[in-house]
Amino acid sequence: MILDSILDILTGVFLLLGGFLSVAAGVGLLRFPDAIARLHATTKPQILGLAFVLLAIALQERQLSTILLLIFLLIFQMITAPVSAHMIARAGYRGGIIAPHSLLVDELEQAIDAAPEFDDTEPGSE
Amino acid sequence: MSDWVFLAVGVMLLIAGLLALYRIIRGPSILDRMIASDMLLTTIICALGAEMVYNGHTRSLPAMLVLASTAFLGSVVVARYVSRRTNS
Repeated sequence: MILDSILDILTGVFLLLGGFLSVAAGVGLLRFPDAIARLHATTKPQILGLAFVLLAIALQERQLSTILLLIFLLIFQMITAPVSAHMIARAGYRGGIIAPHSLLVDELEQAIDAAPEFDDTEPGSE
Repeated sequence: MSDWVFLAVGVMLLIAGLLALYRIIRGPSILDRMIASDMLLTTIICALGAEMVYNGHTRSLPAMLVLASTAFLGSVVVARYVSRRTNS
């Protein structure tokens, strides 16, 4: 029974951590000045906050099938969340939504300058 | 486990969702709106998980799995749309 109460306390702590990370992301979303800073603020809890909540579920449910499903869920989130963040940042850079003077280091511009010229209209897009 | 923990978690997730909603409504560019809607979806997944812990069931797990594995499609489509429109 003492194990149960310890696991209950840990579950509460992990749930509170997940909720706190969500609130931190929300405050960052509200207060940060431009799109790429807001992206920075919101992509952390997309993985870590969800991982805390999933850990709380695993501590509470302690069954092999549930834990396997939770591992799958976390892996899916870890695969897909960086993809969407990368695509949004890339679209913002190429679309000019991210102001160039707000970047201290712009390695992508050097890479684009170093790359050979090519015709980037996709076939079939006309 | 006492109820105030769940009350605090619920209030925090509610605040996070409302802030994301504010950014979706006010966001100056479409990318801000997509970032905020991504975060709103993550908050919804967290809320489903917290509700499962509170009520002690696992029925919401498939919904969480599907949301986590398809949430990126919307952002990718909008990002493609934004770069396509500014290229031409």
